Order: sequence, then structure tokens, then C-alpha cells
Amino acid sequence: MTAERFLRHETILAVLTVIALAVLAALSDKFFTVENLLNQGRLMSEVGLVALAMTFVIVTGGIDLSVGSIIGLTAILLGVFWKNVGLPLPAAMFAALACGTFAGWANGFIITRFSVPPLIATLATLALYRGLAEGISEARSVRGYPEWFFFFGQGEVLGVPFQLWLLGIATVIAIVILGLTPFGRAAYAIGANETAARFSGIRVHATKLWIYTAAGFLSGLAAVIFVSRVTTTRSDMGTGWELDIITGVVLGGTSIFGGRGTIIGTVLGLVLIQALKNGLSLSGVKGDGTIVVIGLVLIGAILAGALFDKNRGG
Amino acid sequence: MTAAAATRIGRSNFQRFIGGYGQEIVVLLSIVVLFVVVGAVNPRFLSDNNINSIFAGNAYIAVAAIGMSMIIMAGHIDVSVGALIGVIATIAGTLAVNGYPVWIAWGLPILFSMAVNASVGALVAYTRIPSIVVTLGMLSILKGGLISVTNGEWISNMPVEFMIAQMRPFGIPSAVYFMVVLTILAALFMRYTDFGRAIYAVGGNMEAARAAGINPERTVVGVFALHGLFAGIAGILFATQLQVIQSTVPPNLELTVITASVIGGVSILGGIGTVIGSTLAAILFACIGSALIFLNVSAYWLRAVLGLMILATVLADMARRRRAT
Repeated sequence: MTAERFLRHETILAVLTVIALAVLAALSDKFFTVENLLNQGRLMSEVGLVALAMTFVIVTGGIDLSVGSIIGLTAILLGVFWKNVGLPLPAAMFAALACGTFAGWANGFIITRFSVPPLIATLATLALYRGLAEGISEARSVRGYPEWFFFFGQGEVLGVPFQLWLLGIATVIAIVILGLTPFGRAAYAIGANETAARFSGIRVHATKLWIYTAAGFLSGLAAVIFVSRVTTTRSDMGTGWELDIITGVVLGGTSIFGGRGTIIGTVLGLVLIQALKNGLSLSGVKGDGTIVVIGLVLIGAILAGALFDKNRGG
Repeated sequence: MTAAAATRIGRSNFQRFIGGYGQEIVVLLSIVVLFVVVGAVNPRFLSDNNINSIFAGNAYIAVAAIGMSMIIMAGHIDVSVGALIGVIATIAGTLAVNGYPVWIAWGLPILFSMAVNASVGALVAYTRIPSIVVTLGMLSILKGGLISVTNGEWISNMPVEFMIAQMRPFGIPSAVYFMVVLTILAALFMRYTDFGRAIYAVGGNMEAARAAGINPERTVVGVFALHGLFAGIAGILFATQLQVIQSTVPPNLELTVITASVIGGVSILGGIGTVIGSTLAAILFACIGSALIFLNVSAYWLRAVLGLMILATVLADMARRRRAT
């Protein structure tokens, strides 16, 4: 039920991903080029950063629907702190990131202090944070960022997009924390049985608070990179991303009930989704047709997993 | 029986009534207070026109929230309802402009909606895949399918007899009749039929429901099909309330619908709640949206106010529940 099980879902997923890559490469000769793959990695990074934290959230049996709104709020605050308040841009970035982190902490505080179910708490803050972004910006966009700022979203280090490095480092850190530390084991224990975890002396509330705060921080980071990549700030940034992110995590084998899931699975899930999006559009499927395929893959992958499980008598 | 005992019984009945409908009463009072206060500040808020637009313009959200409440009471959730409403509206509009009789243009999409949701229900019930996962996938399929089929083109020039939401029997928009009648029917259904009570039972404790002789799987399929019926009617109302059908849905419509159910007193944990509460909450949202405009609050702040309100309601609800236990 433990390592063996994780590996199996990830193996299925890895095989699926390889098949998808092979088919897509056969369909379009533009797909399997270094340039295209790096560019896709660039596009995947923002969602990927948040998905790492979302894996922790879902492993504890929670969910965070507000991440897309935190991205919007952080992006708007970055613009407002810089342009309207007049902070130097590095300070504005820091302040906006701090606000995003605080938004995540507030989620955790509401969930742990008042025992509000995470689905409801973050449904409320989804509306609240997006509302603040809309109210503060009054639908005005901020442009005209200095040239150096675009490095975070468009720059390269050793030929690889900057944010892909960031995603890689964050992924390694997340793997280590979730897989190898007491904190990670606490997250699994909380997701498997919260009451039992509490009686085993695990600091349930503190652990959850850290995880939701981290989700806020990584959403903020994704927002800064997003703004840098598209060179403008708008209040609708990140709308609907929560569902994309959750889809990636669930496709990666993390149980929505908590207690099961790995970072590797999440990364595989994200790669599969991004490869499908890109490959299908390169082979002539119109943009929105790819969303249909992603939906089918999500249901299909989970269904296959469930049937497989049943046959084993589980 | 002494007078004191009678008073005590009277009070306990009253308390039981309040306890059973606490959330609904809070929402109802909020609506009344809102009307009185905003009406005093700006009497135009109480004009026929505005009240009509509050009720008729949002009836489809209330109707969809009825089905969503049943889903949540059964311990499940549907995050695809917004996309489904968009798909239904587009199918209905396409049938109508292509000259099909109106009863087909209304009926076929509703049947489609029920079939889609019944299959979702079957997947959820028999494979035990969580409903949030299945409906998340369904959301992608419906949203992507809708845009790639329509290419984002709007539907217009629909025949007059198709526009059911714009008909005004006795001077009241028919969408309001739908909202009121369906809410009452659903409330009676939930309270007095075996199936309605089975929904509560399954949401409260699936295994206990099974032990009590209820077939939980069939109940889940049934409740999803019912939700499909309400979503279908909501889709038809949405399609016919304006002169054009945009091939997109209001963003986050599913969240508005879920929020109405929850604010109306449906516990996200399943097993409790009423459909009357969800309809009241949908009306309350519409009132607040309209009130902000009449109070000269910038429309940009609407969602922030809504979010704060949801948060306050949830925290109050948790505090009340903690006191109760």
C-alpha cells in the first residue's frame, strides 16, 4: 500500500507521458525540438510552482481554491506598489510577495483556528482576494516595467529559461521535504487520519498553517514571474488556474481524500498536460479542443487507477 | 399542565424551529434589512424595474443552486455546472434558430443535461472516484467542447416564442415563477418523499444509509440526474433572458452556485440543509450586487464585498455549530 502503490500510479503516468510525447513528436516535427520543449517548460513553470504546494495541501486532505486569486492579487499589488505607491521595483516585488504569503497564511489561519472546511474557506477567499485585486486596480493594467525585470519571465541561464531553474530547484526541495522529513510524514499522517495524527503528537495546526502559507508564497512567486513574462499586470491574472493546478496534482496520483501522493507524480501530471496542450495545438487541434482532451485524460487516468485498484481486491 | 410548562414547550418548539431553519432566517433577515436600508438611502432601489431585474435576472442561478444543494446534501459536489449551463444554452439556441419547435429546443437540452449528469453520477457512485475529480474533468470537456464547436460566435435572432424567460404572465417575469415554484416543489420533495430523505441519509452516512435499506449508488445517480434537470432548466432560463446567447458562461458561475448553496445553510460536509436557503442566498447575492450600484459603490469592489460576506457567514456558522455541540 505504500511505496509500491505510489510507484505503480507513477509508472502508468510515466508510460502515458512517453506515449503522448512519442505520438505528438510523430504528428508534428516542430514538437520535439529543444527550443519548443524549453519554451513549454517556461509556460509550465508558473502553474508548476503552485502545484508543488498544492500537492502538500491535498496530501493533508485539504484543498486551496484561492491560489489563482492570490496570483491576481499579488500581480496587482506589485504594479500598485511600484507605480502608484512609488516603491523601488525590488521593494515592490518583496512587498507583493509578502502580501501573497500573508494571503496564504490567512487561509491557513481560517482553516485551523475556526475549523472551517478548506473547500469553503478558500472558496470565500477566492472571491475575496480576486475582489481585492479588482477593487484596488479598478480594471486598470500596469505597464512600462524596466528592462531588467523581464529577466525573471523571459531571461535564460545557461540556455535554460530562468523560471525552469526555479521550478527545478523548488521541485527538489519539495521532494526532499515531502518524502524525507518529519514534516512530510506529518503531512501524510494528517491526510490519512487527522485525529490519529493529533493523538500521535503531530502538530496538526502548525503543519497545515505552514503548508497554506507556502501555497500563498509560491502563488506570489508565480505571479511575479507571470508579470515579468507577459510584461503587464492585470486583475484577471490567474483566473481559473486553481482548477488546472488541481487537475495536474490529481492526475499525478495524489488522492483528493489526502494521505497519498508524491511530488514526482505531480510533475509528471503537469508535463503530460503541457505536452498535450502544446502537441495537439501544433498538430492542428484548435486551442479549446485540447481542454477537452485534458478532461478526458484526467477522468481516464483516475478511472484506470480505480479499476486497477479494485481488481487487486483493495 | 401549568403555564410555566406550556411556556417551556412553546419556547422549545420555537427554538427547534429556529434551530432547524437558523441559516435561512439569517439570510431572509439580511435581504429584508438590505431592502429597507438601501431603499431608504436611494428609493429607486425599490422601483419595479430594479426589483424585476434582481429577481428575474438571477433566477437561473437560484434554480441551479437547488440542484447543487441536493448534490452537496448527498455529500458530493459539481464544479462543472457553469460550463453545463453554457452548453445547454447554446444547444437550445441553436435548435431554436434552426426552426425546431420550441418544446424540442427546450426539452432536448434538458434531457441532455440529465444524461450527462446521470453518467457523472454513475461514475461517482460505482467507481468511487470523488465527484470533485470527475466534475473537474467534465468542466474541461464541456468548456473546451463548447468553445471549439461554437468558435465563440454568439447566437441571436431567436424566435419570440422561444424566449420563455422574457414572458410575463400577470406582469411578473416567468423566470421568477420558475424560481419560486421549483424551490417549493424541491423543498416538498426533499422533505416528504422517500427519495428526498434518502439523499439526506446518503449524505449523512453512506454505510448507515445502506444498512437502513437504501441503495446509495442508485440514490447518487438519481440525485445527479435531478441536479441535471435543474441545471437544464437554469440553462434554458439563461439562454432566453437576453436577446443573444454568448457562447461563454459568466466566469466562476459554478462558484456562485456553490456559494449560494453553502450560504443558504447547506453543510459542505453533507447530510443537512434546505433548498429554500439556497434560493434565498441566491437572491441575497443579487440584492447585494444591485445595492452596491445604488449606493454608488464602485462595481469593482463587488466581488470583494461578496467574498467578505461569504467569509463572515461561514465563520458565524462555525461559531453557531460549535455552540450547539
